[in-house]
Amino acid sequence: MVALEKALVGNRRYWTWIGALLVVIALGVLSYLRQLQFGLGITGLSRDVTWGLYIAQFTFLVGVAASAVVVVLPYYLHNYRAFGKITILGEFLAISAVTMCLLFIFVDMGQPGRVLNVLLYPTPDSIMFWDMVVLSGYLLLNAVIGGITLGAERKDVPPPRWILPVIILSIPWAVSIHTVTAFLYSGLPGRHLWLTALLAPRFLASAFASGPALLILLTMVVRRLARFDPGQEAIQKLSLIVTYTMIINVFFVLMEVFTVFYSQIPEPMSHFQFLFVGLDGHAPLVPWMWASMALAVISLVLLITPRYRANERLLAVACVMVFASLWIDKGMGLIVGGFVPSPLGHVTPYVPTLPEVSITLAIWAVGVLMLTVLYKMALAVREELA
Amino acid sequence: MSDRGLIVGGLVLFLALVTLPLWFNVAAGTTSKLPELTLPEGKDPFGTAEYMRASHMDLLMTWRDEVVRNQERTVVGLDGKTYAKSLTGTCLACHVNRATFCDRCHDYAAVKPTCWECHLEPRPVQRAAQ
Amino acid sequence: MSMDRRRFLEVAGLSALVVAGKRGFDALTDGGRAEGATERRPAARWAMVIDLRKCVNDRGCTDCIAACDRAHNVPHFDERAHEVKWIWREPFEKAFADHGSPYTEDAFKSKSLPVLCNHCDNPPCVRVCPVKATWKRDDGIVMMDYHRCIGCRYCMAACPYGARSFNWLDPRPRVKELNPDFPTRTKGVVEMCNFCEERLAKGRAPACVEACGEQALVFGNLHDPGSEVRRLLRTRHAIRRKPELGTGPNVYYLV
Ligand code: SF4
Ligand code: SF4
Repeated sequence: MVALEKALVGNRRYWTWIGALLVVIALGVLSYLRQLQFGLGITGLSRDVTWGLYIAQFTFLVGVAASAVVVVLPYYLHNYRAFGKITILGEFLAISAVTMCLLFIFVDMGQPGRVLNVLLYPTPDSIMFWDMVVLSGYLLLNAVIGGITLGAERKDVPPPRWILPVIILSIPWAVSIHTVTAFLYSGLPGRHLWLTALLAPRFLASAFASGPALLILLTMVVRRLARFDPGQEAIQKLSLIVTYTMIINVFFVLMEVFTVFYSQIPEPMSHFQFLFVGLDGHAPLVPWMWASMALAVISLVLLITPRYRANERLLAVACVMVFASLWIDKGMGLIVGGFVPSPLGHVTPYVPTLPEVSITLAIWAVGVLMLTVLYKMALAVREELA
Repeated sequence: MSDRGLIVGGLVLFLALVTLPLWFNVAAGTTSKLPELTLPEGKDPFGTAEYMRASHMDLLMTWRDEVVRNQERTVVGLDGKTYAKSLTGTCLACHVNRATFCDRCHDYAAVKPTCWECHLEPRPVQRAAQ
Repeated sequence: MSMDRRRFLEVAGLSALVVAGKRGFDALTDGGRAEGATERRPAARWAMVIDLRKCVNDRGCTDCIAACDRAHNVPHFDERAHEVKWIWREPFEKAFADHGSPYTEDAFKSKSLPVLCNHCDNPPCVRVCPVKATWKRDDGIVMMDYHRCIGCRYCMAACPYGARSFNWLDPRPRVKELNPDFPTRTKGVVEMCNFCEERLAKGRAPACVEACGEQALVFGNLHDPGSEVRRLLRTRHAIRRKPELGTGPNVYYLV
């Protein structure tokens, strides 16, 4: 691949970092081998809560992947120059995030050896089939786009013309991955937390808040570690996007809360009760959900006030908060909250087990490793040119 | 060139390592020994021995899909009789010994079919009755 | 006026076209059905009627459950998380959460009843399966192909009756008494009640129905107006679980 050799040179700090990630990955692989041998019973999942930590990460990360569009669209469609330097970072973030998504689906499968059945017996009725299609397509699109544009940059020539339609295609495609992921949930009868047309819009809003928040943080880190300046304007513009999308996201959540509680229909209410006050004496997610709410409110204060937003230090804090808040809300909150109470009204608490956490960390480490290598390549090419 | 000896030596070593398992087998005298299988009397109503050796898994897979998915449960054998498409009910009624028929050959060929993770051998009493 | 030849050809051609179109459409939309199924026998529509006046499940009777577990090698896990159940007992207010009122409740408070897969007419579990490992047969039975299931558990999220179980661990060591006439399952696949399709194929009633000493379970063909199930549904008031979801459950409860 283009400039892969750039990832093979680095200072001591770089290699320590890579080494640490590899250790986390190795531990996760060991846990996964155990899971393969014993079955998914080694997780905290149960007959009532059939999806948990893995699918929560999957759902959240589809959002991160889709969010590349917030830099790609202004740059390529509106010729917004300030995003010129970070577009490639957004695309590479998307590549790592989609890879993590696919890995999380894979480790969640009870019969991973039969994964090819999805291709052998394609089933257009199933939203999961479409999710596979759009996710792999998105991975391919971004790999092609990132590779071609970086290669052209390295040779200091404009990218070939045929890449532009591909880039344009990637924009609606990004929206589609998160819409289809929302459809996975929102089309199921009898799961009242998910059975809402607002789910897809909510997913998109939270994606376009959490993704750019992460991108801001990443550019700040990269700026410190390498000779690379994304530019003040780019960061400020991104922070504005995070502000608006986070407002929209919270607005959507409040709309949901209104409908559920003003209508007073018991089943939809019961899920919110489980999440925020506990049900039948079980309240494992209550502190998490309130933390998520608090983080959302504080981050909004920091983001909305122009003075705070312009202060990069506070902006970084706000971005961490947005990211954490949505990671809880859209991850464990949404997935586990959708399963409890069960359709029969049983309340089954779910707590991830150690092997489950270790596998999850390992997949994150794979994503971070990919991101490190990809960013290293991109920045090395830039430095060479400078 | 001065490297020649090194390269040739390396290649020889590589070949020796790669073929090591073969030499082990030759030494143990197992290569030419085919597994001894317990064979039933009579002719197989579903095909010749060669066909069965090569394709019994395809036959079983086809039966499996036809029974489970299409409810086509019976098949007329070459002998004109009707049989249930069933590994445990039909095949094992004659091939009564899984251990010295199925397993012995599968071990020899180093394949691990997953049939027995779910399907159970028929009861001995049943066999006697059949 | 008799149809002339030209008109006949038109009609015939048109119908052929319609048939071909319908075939193509079916092929495209026939998500849940078995591929390559050729002969289709006259479709029955299997259904079960459970008479709650006769059923003594709340007095501790589990004959139907035990018979099913024996027939199908259903494993027994002690921890609730890993439970596998095909037919099991559920308190009335859980199975019929929408049927209680503060005043009628007394009548049902201590009542428990057998629940199982409803073999829905419009099953969400079938709709979501990404590999057609679960599908609806012409006779209404919702089948599982354990050979094909990838263990994604999407069907469990989709079933609004909690009728499906996943094999979180290897089930075979947990089967009390192995029945060699029926396979066990392997870890990592989903399973649920199959309306005893293996017995129906031999003309026998489901194991639970046969086992019930009170004759509280009645099984039959809804397409046959003379069947016992149809007679019961004509003469008694029957309820179904969550019909408002549009799933069309085929297990009826006489109250
Ligand atoms: S009861 Fe559940 S598992 Fe059975 S057919 Fe209906 S949706 Fe599917
Ligand atoms: S768990 Fe199996 S049956 Fe259920 S949806 Fe997934 S592949 Fe289909």
